[in-house]
Amino acid sequence: MTLIYPRESFFEAHPKHDSPTYRSTAKRHPKQPLIILPHTKTELSGPVYGHEVISEFDNDLTRQHAGEPQGERIIVQGRVLDEDGRPVPNTLVEVWQANAAGRYVHVVDDHPAPLDPNFSGAGRIVTDENGRYRFTSIKPGPYPWRNHHNAWRPAHIHFSLFGHSFLSRLVTQMYFEGDPLFPYDPIFNEIPEGARDRLISKFDLDVTEPEWALGYTFDIVLRGRNATPMEK
Amino acid sequence: MSGITPSQTVGPYFAYALTPTRYALHEIFSTDLTGPGVEGTKITLTGQVFDGDGVGIADAMVEIWQADSKGSLEHSTLGSGKANSGFKGFGRAESAANGGYTFTTVKPGRVDGADGKPQAPHLGVTIFARGMLTHLFTRIYFEDEASNADDQILNLVPADRRHTLIARKVGDNAYHLDIRIQGGDETVFFHA
Repeated sequence: MTLIYPRESFFEAHPKHDSPTYRSTAKRHPKQPLIILPHTKTELSGPVYGHEVISEFDNDLTRQHAGEPQGERIIVQGRVLDEDGRPVPNTLVEVWQANAAGRYVHVVDDHPAPLDPNFSGAGRIVTDENGRYRFTSIKPGPYPWRNHHNAWRPAHIHFSLFGHSFLSRLVTQMYFEGDPLFPYDPIFNEIPEGARDRLISKFDLDVTEPEWALGYTFDIVLRGRNATPMEK
Repeated sequence: MSGITPSQTVGPYFAYALTPTRYALHEIFSTDLTGPGVEGTKITLTGQVFDGDGVGIADAMVEIWQADSKGSLEHSTLGSGKANSGFKGFGRAESAANGGYTFTTVKPGRVDGADGKPQAPHLGVTIFARGMLTHLFTRIYFEDEASNADDQILNLVPADRRHTLIARKVGDNAYHLDIRIQGGDETVFFHA
């Protein structure tokens, strides 16, 4: 399926490359203007990765070790959609996150919070024919970083998605409703104001499982729409 | 209709999930796009990713996307998704401590451009890193391709900056291109 990828959608939603408040952007953004790239088949196509790359327990981060991880068990689910609201089926979703104490297993994370021997924090899901994904995890903790004095990241889960083409590629972060750290986080606040809420998952009682886990819903909209408007 | 989901940085801690060579998670992507029986000329591509101070970026992720050696995208979402002895056309690398990256792939064939004419052989490239809120798009072309002169996209780039997109030939089937995010000889990035 060949879609079109209006540039307005990109500018309306994505943070700028240079952020005055997120210090690490200072030496990591281009100073020359970007050149508008006509979309050729190279951009309009994308890689195909499906269910064959998924292993058992990739969609359950609480069952990847001998024991259960510490923390609040959660279920995260939602739909991956295109800009017309149509499901994006059979597309790979990669997720990673800190543990309940706010510590990543990554070797360079030196935050003095405990690692959890029963939690790695990495998962993969492929959306079903309706664009749905779902995984089980534990709620990640907030953690400090050195961007400014007393800087803390709101709790978040990282997402990486492919979608229909190289143009729909997206790496983002899912946040949790009501986090008191939102007003202080430059990474979140560099998103254009009208688009920030799109990264906040909603507590969902219908997804919550009795005696088991809280449920959160997070829908993702990737670039791409039909060249001709859908019939009513 | 609600708008698209905003981008956020990949952050410093992606490797154990996205490029888990050094971790227990099984790896589904590779820096080697060639498998048994893949058709075409096998090439290696090396380079370093530098920041605005000329320091190698140790926590970048470089992804490449390409046609097969005949210029076909049959392996892609536009084709059957299966073709050419399992060739996937996609590679992913975590940069080394000095910002270095290496891919082994096949030289891509020519793919039609937006003007309907064949483009010069090229790779689509995306760069992700801590300090990048939205990823960057660029391309890699090859020095030894005469068709570069007629390539629609290269011709959109000011002549004095085109070389930042063209990998030098450094040996038999070996190419090299550094990616400079900012500053002198800054790589050309695209708004895709």
